[in-house]
Amino acid sequence: MGRAKTIARRTFLIGSAAIAGGVAFGIYKVKTPHQNPLASSLGTGEATFNPFVKITPEAITLITPHADIGQGVVHMQAALIAEELDVEFGQFETDFGAPDPAYWNTALAAEAVPFAAFDEGFGAETMRSVMGGVAKLMGIMGTGGSSSVPDQYEKLRTAGAVARETLKLAASQQTGVAVDALKTANGAVQLPDGTSLAYVDLAEAASGLEPVSDITLRDPSTWRLIGKPMARKDIPAKSTGTQSYGIDLNVDGMVYASTRVNPRRAPMNGYEANGADTMPGVSAIVPVTNGVAVIANSTWRAMNAANQIEFDWAPAPYPAEQDGHWEEVAASFTEERLDKEWRADGDVESALDGAEVIEVEYRAGYVAHQPLEPLGAIVRADEDGAEVWAGHQLPRFLQQKVAAIVGCAAENVIYHNQYSGGSFGHRLEFDNITLATEIAVQMRGTPVKLTLSREEDFVTDYPRQIGMSRSRGMVKDGKVESWSLDIATVSAARSQSGRLGVPVPGPDTQIAAGAWAMAYGIPNLRVRAYAVPELAPTSSWRSVGASTAGFFAESALDELIHAAGADQMEERLRLCNNAVHRKVLEAAAEMSNWGSAMGANQGRGVALVESFGVPVAEVVEVTNTDAGIKIDRVYVAADVGRVIDPVNFENLVQGGVIWALGHAINSEITYSDGMAEQINYYDAEGMRMYQTPEIIVKGLENADKIRGIGEPPVPAGPPALANAIFAATGQRIREMPFNKHIDFV
Amino acid sequence: MQLTINGTSHEIDIEPDTPLLWVLRDEIGLTGTKYGCGVAQCGACTVHVDGEAQRSCQLQIGDLEGAEVTTIEGVGTPEKLSVVQQAWIDHQVAQCGYCQSGQVMQATALLNENDSPTDDDIDEVMSGNLCRCGTYPRIRAAIHDAAAKIKGA
Repeated sequence: MGRAKTIARRTFLIGSAAIAGGVAFGIYKVKTPHQNPLASSLGTGEATFNPFVKITPEAITLITPHADIGQGVVHMQAALIAEELDVEFGQFETDFGAPDPAYWNTALAAEAVPFAAFDEGFGAETMRSVMGGVAKLMGIMGTGGSSSVPDQYEKLRTAGAVARETLKLAASQQTGVAVDALKTANGAVQLPDGTSLAYVDLAEAASGLEPVSDITLRDPSTWRLIGKPMARKDIPAKSTGTQSYGIDLNVDGMVYASTRVNPRRAPMNGYEANGADTMPGVSAIVPVTNGVAVIANSTWRAMNAANQIEFDWAPAPYPAEQDGHWEEVAASFTEERLDKEWRADGDVESALDGAEVIEVEYRAGYVAHQPLEPLGAIVRADEDGAEVWAGHQLPRFLQQKVAAIVGCAAENVIYHNQYSGGSFGHRLEFDNITLATEIAVQMRGTPVKLTLSREEDFVTDYPRQIGMSRSRGMVKDGKVESWSLDIATVSAARSQSGRLGVPVPGPDTQIAAGAWAMAYGIPNLRVRAYAVPELAPTSSWRSVGASTAGFFAESALDELIHAAGADQMEERLRLCNNAVHRKVLEAAAEMSNWGSAMGANQGRGVALVESFGVPVAEVVEVTNTDAGIKIDRVYVAADVGRVIDPVNFENLVQGGVIWALGHAINSEITYSDGMAEQINYYDAEGMRMYQTPEIIVKGLENADKIRGIGEPPVPAGPPALANAIFAATGQRIREMPFNKHIDFV
Repeated sequence: MQLTINGTSHEIDIEPDTPLLWVLRDEIGLTGTKYGCGVAQCGACTVHVDGEAQRSCQLQIGDLEGAEVTTIEGVGTPEKLSVVQQAWIDHQVAQCGYCQSGQVMQATALLNENDSPTDDDIDEVMSGNLCRCGTYPRIRAAIHDAAAKIKGA
């Protein structure tokens, strides 16, 4: 039997008489519900059961509000609804939906609270619930933090079940057959005599009913979609060049624009057009914040002309040279900059006092996001509103940003989300949106299509946080006994939320994410996070804080275990104090046949990092060839509670490992003369086919809570690789990117 | 000037230094070919010119008088998939999908030359095509599968 899930009737907003032929339901607000955004657009005979299902006499539409940045979340969301609604892929359309508070993301806010994801004590659960309430009220409709699955897992299945049961009630009233005798399948209610009543034909009857709230979610053993290999609905289009992205859209009457803004994140003192204004197709050069936009009759002409302009840029508000950034980071291990002492098991100071201390320092530089689809947007500003076409992860904030420039109410900004050619955190930022809007308000009524050149995208990217760690540890009797890990990074969360205009209360949970909650019982263990004051502005980069802190922690631990003379896997297993984490470690050990003999120039490294609640263990195998390090194989075990689609799961894990290792070996952003020195992929390319190892993936389902998998595979990759390189060569790599210290083939 | 795109002859009147990529996208309206880097570093703009895989961001239209160009739209459609495209779907390759037009065009060119590519052959030919999502393992598997189907046909 499935768990009974009854929604209290008082939490429903029952249909308004003002809506002809339609009925509106919303169950989503802290105490009283948000309005159902689908209700206002209903025609006669159309029904919407909740913010996620709309049925008209012509079509079934499932609303999938989370942004699809490549992770396949449109398909995932649709599958969750379809599982309970009993519709098949091909029988319905999907739509991102208009930005609306009804689509708030509870899981995202839950991650903002300062408790370990695995800490489910009363204090942690209460705080998560408070933060979830805040997110509801703010109406954050966001995609990020690998939160889509945890956010939608129950909500969307419930939405499907409510709609299904209401359609059955409509069929019962129409035919006189008792509800209990009705079944549903293939988008239809089935009568005992074999007759099928299509949902679309029941829409009108259902529109007059109160939604059935007394529903029971199905037992997982009866699922026909979830947990089975799926064929993502977007893949045929993406294999044939027919998937339309934001950059591909064409809006009638639009002009094309390309921007150049100060790469030093400061004002533009002036510019010399240098003939750009008279180049073919160019109609204007207009001012935007910190720079200009060239308006032309094609993207190429706009970009080409923008590159002719000579600029006088004001100096950067941060150190002009990279050394200055490192100096500031190194100077941040102070009492004043202590953001939070996250972990204090035992008494590490006393334990290390007078002991033989192993002291190591690690570094991780800035890294750009650079998804392959360059940022851009289409915006048309009208007198008292605007229309926007672009892929974005925070649609409600997007509306506010646009409205502020246009001078209209946020609800007058009509927003059309788009499939994105990647994000990795880049589409949490707004510059492409605000720049396009700044241009659009200078030519109201005309749609403006802004496309950044790759070079412009690189220099205006908000990279991952820069940081360092200082580790002091002590081993005794072949065991890791005492360890103090201090981590100092700039706060990407504060940098980002500063631009968003939403302050982050309390400590930044990300600086030491993936380190402080480590599932190791070390007698004396302390983890402290230090916040480096803002340098170059930074932002969330796939896996955020754990992408640096996980590297610092698991590499330094490797050094301690080595000093103890213990086996890297055995000692981690001995220290592991969480049953779910232990099982991923054991799985990785088994998959990799840990302990088996390797060649003379080969090495194996392991790392265990939790990211957004998902414990991930990775074992990397390398060969030290004459020409450099070859990454042979990576074994990954991750526990997400429940795997929604094993095919997409494997793809995302493999991609996460490739993302992590590619950037760890060869990518960083450095500043000189106040500007990013890397301006295209030849400077920071990530991994390519010839470097890609075999990646063997196992999804475990021991954890109680369901989690997302977009980011968690990333943090354990770099330390596992560095540890493998040490095993193969005896050389410790203590700085990302690794190619500053060792060659790769 | 005249060139043939996916079997259709086009008269193009534009500055001769315009890259083929932008002619395809902004003038002809074939948006399956993607802009990624503009400097032949990513391969998202890969098309076939007279049968060979080329980076369309690096080809000036003025040099293409009389050329036969095939884009992703010309190798197959959702209704009539090429063998390579079918393999891409069977192996669920795409994530964001933005690079995949170029990957399919590069792989198609590889298989036109070599119906039994080894992993080393694939590395050599496909390493110029960036995939930021990291779908390389699936691309490799799809190419091997497509090769087997082409040989078996």
